[in-house]
Amino acid sequence: MYSAIVFLPLLGALIAGLFGRRIGAAGAQMVTCGAMVISALLSMLALYQVGFLHQPETVQVLRWIDSGAFEVDWVLRIDTLTAVMLVVVNCVSALVHIYSIGYMAHDPHRPRFMAYLSLFTFAMLMLVTSDNFLQMYFGWEGVGLASYLLIGFWYKRPSANAAAIKAFVVNRVGDFGFALGIMAVFMVFGTVSFDAVFAQAPAMAGKTFNFLNWQPDIMTTICLLLFVGAMGKSAQFMLHTWLPDAMEGPTPVSALIHAATMVTAGVFLVARCSPLFEFAPDALAFVTVVGATTAFFAATIGLVQNDIKRVIAYSTCSQLGYMFFAAGVSAYNVAIFHLFTHAFFKALLFLGAGSVIHALSDEQDMRKMGGVYKLIPATWLLMLIGTLALTGFPLTAGYFSKDAVIEAAYAAGSGVGQYAFAMGVVAALMTAFYSWRLIFMTFHGPSRADHHTLEHVHESPMVMLAPLVLLAAGALFAGMAFAGPFIGEHSGAFWGKALFVMPDKHILEAMHHVPGWVKWSPVVVGFAGLLLAWQMYIRNPGSADRLAQTHYPLYQFLLNKWYFDELYDLIFVRPAMAIGRFLWLRGDGGVIDRFGPDGIAATVQELTRRAAQLQSGYVYHYAFAMLIGLSAITTWYMFSGGAH
Amino acid sequence: MTPDAFVPPNLLPALPEILMACGAMALLMLGVYRSHAPARVVTQGALFVLMAAAALVLLQGGARVETFSGGFVSDAFSRFAKILILLGSGVTLIMSQGYLRREHMDRFEFPVLVLLATLGMMMMVSAGDLISLYMGLELQSLALYVLAAFKRDSQRATEAGLKYFVLGALASGILLYGASLIYGFTGTVNFVKLAAIFGDDHAQPGLGLIFGLVFLTAGLAFKISAVPFHMWTPDVYEGAPTPVTALLASAPKVAAMALFVRVMSQPLLGMVGEWQQIVVFISIASMVLGAVAAIGQKNIKRLMAFSSIGHMGFALVGLAAGTEEGVQGVLIYLAIYVAMNFGVFGCILAMRNKGGQMEAINDLAGLGRSNPMMALALALLMFSLAGIPPLAGFFAKFYVFLAAVHAGLYVLAVIGVLASVIGAYYYLRIIKIMYFDEPAEATNWPMSPPLRLIVAGSSLFSLFFFIYPMPLVTGAATAAAVLFK
Repeated sequence: MYSAIVFLPLLGALIAGLFGRRIGAAGAQMVTCGAMVISALLSMLALYQVGFLHQPETVQVLRWIDSGAFEVDWVLRIDTLTAVMLVVVNCVSALVHIYSIGYMAHDPHRPRFMAYLSLFTFAMLMLVTSDNFLQMYFGWEGVGLASYLLIGFWYKRPSANAAAIKAFVVNRVGDFGFALGIMAVFMVFGTVSFDAVFAQAPAMAGKTFNFLNWQPDIMTTICLLLFVGAMGKSAQFMLHTWLPDAMEGPTPVSALIHAATMVTAGVFLVARCSPLFEFAPDALAFVTVVGATTAFFAATIGLVQNDIKRVIAYSTCSQLGYMFFAAGVSAYNVAIFHLFTHAFFKALLFLGAGSVIHALSDEQDMRKMGGVYKLIPATWLLMLIGTLALTGFPLTAGYFSKDAVIEAAYAAGSGVGQYAFAMGVVAALMTAFYSWRLIFMTFHGPSRADHHTLEHVHESPMVMLAPLVLLAAGALFAGMAFAGPFIGEHSGAFWGKALFVMPDKHILEAMHHVPGWVKWSPVVVGFAGLLLAWQMYIRNPGSADRLAQTHYPLYQFLLNKWYFDELYDLIFVRPAMAIGRFLWLRGDGGVIDRFGPDGIAATVQELTRRAAQLQSGYVYHYAFAMLIGLSAITTWYMFSGGAH
Repeated sequence: MTPDAFVPPNLLPALPEILMACGAMALLMLGVYRSHAPARVVTQGALFVLMAAAALVLLQGGARVETFSGGFVSDAFSRFAKILILLGSGVTLIMSQGYLRREHMDRFEFPVLVLLATLGMMMMVSAGDLISLYMGLELQSLALYVLAAFKRDSQRATEAGLKYFVLGALASGILLYGASLIYGFTGTVNFVKLAAIFGDDHAQPGLGLIFGLVFLTAGLAFKISAVPFHMWTPDVYEGAPTPVTALLASAPKVAAMALFVRVMSQPLLGMVGEWQQIVVFISIASMVLGAVAAIGQKNIKRLMAFSSIGHMGFALVGLAAGTEEGVQGVLIYLAIYVAMNFGVFGCILAMRNKGGQMEAINDLAGLGRSNPMMALALALLMFSLAGIPPLAGFFAKFYVFLAAVHAGLYVLAVIGVLASVIGAYYYLRIIKIMYFDEPAEATNWPMSPPLRLIVAGSSLFSLFFFIYPMPLVTGAATAAAVLFK
């Protein structure tokens, strides 16, 4: 069963990718969707078996690498953590596959698209089922590749290509850290297998190693390197710049990869490596700070963006920050719970946004929307549900998970925990504001779209709405249904050995004893954000513009995303381009080509011409040449002193 | 040996040469006095003599034997070279029949001259002193001068013959001058005695002796058309009748190179430090010029002339090593080169239309379609000449470069490889023309059965040499070994 879960998407990808032309778009869609739906249903069964019947399993596929002391098996590791991820990945992926049938209906390259989607799913499954670091790295790179291919799916658009390359390159930075982390793990522990590494981790705690006469802590170093990988994949502060640009890809891709699954791989990594991180408190503190900072920083940018997908993208970035700081305060189950619920409502929001874009003839700028809720009521309703969940409206999924995250941060009792708590509450306020702003600008008020577009506004077909309905159900009820097992009192039994927390930490216990104002603060700021947005965009439209005018520098700072892109452009891109240009024109063209291939070819041609000229046909020329040669050689011997 | 006691020389070691000489005379008489005897009869007789001589050479076997007061030597080395020479002459003679008939050149003098030239070559490789060296060289050269100008009514052929003669005479003079210098400084012309003198470590060779060496080398270098004594080659190759060109490119090259090797490694081995510099220089110059100058050629015979200059440069790489392994490499190289040349000239001989022979490289355009078998054979040979594995030409280069590397001549080996890369260009260009260029007019070149056999044999040899190279390699090893005893 577990093999089927993992390999059905690969089979679908291969069939759709290699035989897409033969079986046609419909055939490719049928194959990939069918495979994904089966895989998703089996995943739910897997979660039931592992999480509720407590039967974790490992499935040996094959011995992968056997080189000296370096032995790697290809094993499917199915514990609760994996099972939860299987459900998230496969359910969202199956729904996105189905949604794509409608969304991509007019695209000529549908088989390729479906093949990429399935390939991505397979890589993501490889990542979450990995039993060792190397297998995880394979999946890690696989999702990176699929992400690259899908962001650049419309390869004729220069902006899509640029975004794809940007995503790939920024991820390389993170992946480099991850690779170094894996190498460090192998160097320290002599193996890359999770079980073996985790078993030895306590013995390594507090030990140091020598690096350029500097004695860093082993566990801290490894964890920080691994976390750099997580930061890249999960678009955390400093390595986040690729995520908003990745919205160049088709919207289903944004929903699947850049909201629900791939970007959460970093959170999964930290949770999976909890037995390592627990012995590296400094690294955990770093995770908390980065997570909290990202949550705050991304939310500030989300406030002023005008592109509907970018708002949601920054929201994703921000929510990932929440997950990280939850993990940073050792509340790994809370982090995974938020990951779980977030997958539903964020995918819902993205797909809903896709539905809006679809309805408005591919318009993404919210300034050209408005007043269409009557025209597309189903989409409006679904988006509303997603927004309620995202803003933590009581009893929705976001309410359970986000509140738990914020409570966990407060309950940690540490300095970084307090920082995370403060950032989390402020970010929650901003989240509520920009989410409602999105709803109001898109659906309410007077319409700013032109007549031509408005005339064509239409509700999306059922094949697109049905997945949305399912996701909406998840966004509404997943929190209620799963809060008990995930973060409740018996969560220890649910997670089994998948997550590890130091026995002396009682974060879950402490969460139940936080003061009342802490518990209520997320809900209160959620409502505050709603009111503020309503005030600025419905009751008193135009006040937002005036505010932007009065605080012009701040507005520009946020609108330009804290100038990160410009900064990176100045520090990295332009120097790299300059070096590249120099090496290309001067180094390669000016030196290697000039004196290498081109130079030799030109020299040979010139020599050929000369040689042909020498063959004049006159006997006395020939005789002369012979005599010159002869005298040259004799002269050489005269002056070289007869050899010796 | 006292002057009054006349001891008749032992004639047995020279039996093949004696047979050749007598055969040539007899055939000449036959041709002169039986004016009705067709040239074909004389040719068949010549072929028979060549085969008989080859049989005699093969029968000889055994250790080194000297005769004529040390002026004539028969050993494994000379036998190896003689077999190659006889093979070269015989195959060229067979190949030339169709051409000679078509061009109305099938006169009885042709086979007789080939026989005489062959005799000269055999004398060269068996030379035991400087006198017999010169005698063999001149016999060979004179016969070849005449052959080059054999097409008397052709301006180009007579010009080629004359050029060859004038420059050859100059080279002979240079060689003789060198020989006389050596004799003057050492008092002997015998190779064994010279070897003893030079082999003495305490003897510091004077500048005069070195000049003698240089002049001698220059004379020999002319015969193998090594740069800068190569200038005659393209003009003569182009102007001479194609069968003569084929002959020039095979047997005389073997003879001259074998002679070169013997002179350098037997009497002059003690002076290897001196002559190595010259050989390295002319080797590099030949390889580079052969590769570079061939690129601009439009006439395929001229191209083959530069090709042969280059190939002689490669063969000299083995000689430059100055080791037994190097000489073995040279012999293998010569054998493979001669074998490949048969095929190429076979194809060139087949290139003709109603107007006569065709010689432009561009005439080969479209051969891949009109005459696929011939194109395939020629392509194989070109790949082999370029030295592309696993064809025979690759191994030829491999052995000489290996010897050079073992002898520490890394620079020479690297330049050689680079030159072969440049040279590959013009070989591959011919293949490109055959297969990818549009023909100006339809080509349909039927091949006579013997020609077909030779081309097929040559290309199959190039293709399958690597499967069973042992006979050639061990034969060359035995031959090389006798020079370094």
